[in-house]
Amino acid sequence: MPLEALPVTDSTAGGALLVLAIVMPAVALVALLGLGGRGARTIVAAALLVQLLVAARVALLVAGTQAPLVYVVGGFHPPLGITLRADGISALMMVVSAVILAAAAAFAWKDFAQPRGKPEARLSLIFWSALLAMTSALNLLFTSTDLFNLYVGLELLTFAAIPVVAIKGGAETVRAALRYLLFAVFGSMLYLLGIVLIYGAYGTLATAEIAAHVTPNAATLAAAGFVTVGLLAKTALFPFHLWLPPAHAGAPAAGSAVLSALVVKGSLFLLMRLWFDTFPTLRAPDDMQLLALLGALAVIIGSITALRQQRLKLLVAYSTVAQIGYMFFVFTLVPTDAGDVIAGTAWTGAWLQVVAHAFAKAGMFLAAGLVAEILGHDRIRELGGLSAKAPLVVLAFAISGLSLMGLPPSGGFSAKFMLLVAALAEGHWLWAIVIIAGGVLAGAYVFGVLSRMMAAPAAGVELATVGRGRQLIALGLALVALLMGLLPLSPIAFLTIGRLP
Amino acid sequence: METGFDLALTLLLLGVGGWSILARNMMTAVIIFIAYGLLLSLAWVRIFAIDVSLTEAAIGSGATGMLMVIAAHKVGADARRVVHPSRAIHVLAGIVAALVAVGIAALAFVLPGEPQSLAGPVMERLGDSGLGNPVAGVLFVYRAFDTLLEKVVLLLALIGVWSLARDEDWGGIPGFRLFRHHNSVLTLLARSLPPIGFVFAIYMTWAGADVPGGAFQGGTVLAAMWILVMVAGVRKVPRVSSPLLRLAIVAGPVVFLAIGFFGFVMPGEFLAYPQGYAKPLIVVMEIALTLSIGVILGLLIAGPPKGEDAA
Repeated sequence: MPLEALPVTDSTAGGALLVLAIVMPAVALVALLGLGGRGARTIVAAALLVQLLVAARVALLVAGTQAPLVYVVGGFHPPLGITLRADGISALMMVVSAVILAAAAAFAWKDFAQPRGKPEARLSLIFWSALLAMTSALNLLFTSTDLFNLYVGLELLTFAAIPVVAIKGGAETVRAALRYLLFAVFGSMLYLLGIVLIYGAYGTLATAEIAAHVTPNAATLAAAGFVTVGLLAKTALFPFHLWLPPAHAGAPAAGSAVLSALVVKGSLFLLMRLWFDTFPTLRAPDDMQLLALLGALAVIIGSITALRQQRLKLLVAYSTVAQIGYMFFVFTLVPTDAGDVIAGTAWTGAWLQVVAHAFAKAGMFLAAGLVAEILGHDRIRELGGLSAKAPLVVLAFAISGLSLMGLPPSGGFSAKFMLLVAALAEGHWLWAIVIIAGGVLAGAYVFGVLSRMMAAPAAGVELATVGRGRQLIALGLALVALLMGLLPLSPIAFLTIGRLP
Repeated sequence: METGFDLALTLLLLGVGGWSILARNMMTAVIIFIAYGLLLSLAWVRIFAIDVSLTEAAIGSGATGMLMVIAAHKVGADARRVVHPSRAIHVLAGIVAALVAVGIAALAFVLPGEPQSLAGPVMERLGDSGLGNPVAGVLFVYRAFDTLLEKVVLLLALIGVWSLARDEDWGGIPGFRLFRHHNSVLTLLARSLPPIGFVFAIYMTWAGADVPGGAFQGGTVLAAMWILVMVAGVRKVPRVSSPLLRLAIVAGPVVFLAIGFFGFVMPGEFLAYPQGYAKPLIVVMEIALTLSIGVILGLLIAGPPKGEDAA
């Protein structure tokens, strides 16, 4: 049964920005490798600056026209060619990732400097290449509408993330990187298997064409299942979370920040894109309840495990496992007959959670990195004296924690409150209880750390000094999460531009 | 006759696969696995997937086999590191593998009706580009964007391997000293094969526009020749910081990106080709990519840079 052709979508004004967002970091990466370390940081700074401008322009154009930006690569329309498309959520995530990547780069500026007049340094080349590749990969995942092109994006993201985990060297981090690699490759294989089936069933890889023809037959359901499990492994949703804590805790602070804030969101974004925009009619309530159940287990088990950690970076990493869980309530809280206020509330709540967690967790990981630098270790029992020595670092940690707990006013509060309202309105009592319990548990682990930080220093402890600039970067990210709490608690129209028919 | 051949090939594949699993010695198992890959590439030829067959032989059997040989050699050198899983684990792994195989085979039957494909539309419009090989058409015309980004993935894979180097070894020479022992047969091969392989690689790349082949296949042949030279110690392996080496690594992506951006100027779209110039531009791109792919694959197998004194 050949598909009847859909109306052809042409490139819109400004659509070429989407290509630039993906390709410019690749240009910078090639320059970095080719020039052998000369001008490494200048190249990275220029690339990330371009990224900020491109992302801002995309967001303004989408908001201005109230319509998605489209670019048909090479002028070849689907199903043969590939189309890039930025709707409201794409534009939002492009801006968020450009800001956080730039902040992480600024934080890492000195640590990964190329020593003057010396041969190229390993740390510098590996870190900056990985950061650039991540930028490219995330933009690709946020804008591509072709399932195989998205697979390339997933691979690019995975291979950018793994060197960041392994960069410190040593048996422990290499083991963490290897475990991450195995989970990620398992995820890739399942995703690929799924899209092969979809191509076999529909003869196209373009999401819009699939969405227009999708029927719940055995092949499609199997494909959706494979793709979903593959992406869950990459997103580290419980029970696929085992790789995340050692990997995220073992990376350098700026690396941990982007891994937790952005990299896991790449595969999550794709998962949401697939279930809401590609297979919307396949969203059987029972299957979606299973995703919400895994999310709930992630919230509870992730938080309890975070509470039991001895080391600060591992605690922050387990908190990521827990916070990812909340985002999965969206699958059950936005019903298929979307468009009503409750569904809009849940949809907005889920995206606020994605963004607020990104800023809060980036701020928290950077703060945890500074703590480790000041103390020379990150053992939670021995954090005493920090509040006197580095009040800004403690403040950054506390404000990030506020958003993770979901206390008002913060982005985390708005997100969890809106998810809670939707859960109660739709009669999902269990998920409502989990949302509240997760907040209480987060409070316990955040206050546990803060009370140690406020304690008097142990006798004879030498505390190092860290630069004010990096403290302000951590604080700045945390403040963005806090200020998101000022948004009105109602559905945000920008998040539905270009989506719901 | 043909059915007989297919049946024999299938039985041989099952037999060789089983032999590789049951082999007692790790190195034996790896070498049988390489033979298994080559037989598998014959099976791909039988279903007319020539490009897949070439990739299976080069990557599935060749490059992967080489990595396994290195791994088996390294693990085998230190007997304490060899972990022998229990019989129960063996049986369990066998059951899981069998279930995966049956599952994937079953998926072919759940497709509703005939499997769909875009082969028809690709063939219909292939003439526009001047290419004769539909696979090249997909890789460099319709989905050149995928191909471009995959080359970035390849660069990143190399950076991933290099990230495992120790700081003090950075900028140094990748491994392989492991194998360096004087062996007249190896040296003879390393001196006599590369010229032939080099010509063959150029042919595969050149012919790829019209018949199966292309930059990836040509690049793997190039990589194989270089690895042979490196293993035999006929030529010194360059330092990973060598400017010439870096140039070879980025040449393909640079040309690809440049042609992609030129598309903005003429005919006005990223990664589109000016009317009538598609084929020559693609051939230029493929030549640069062959060099980069060959060098990157060789370096991926050579591993992270090691210190001068490290064995």
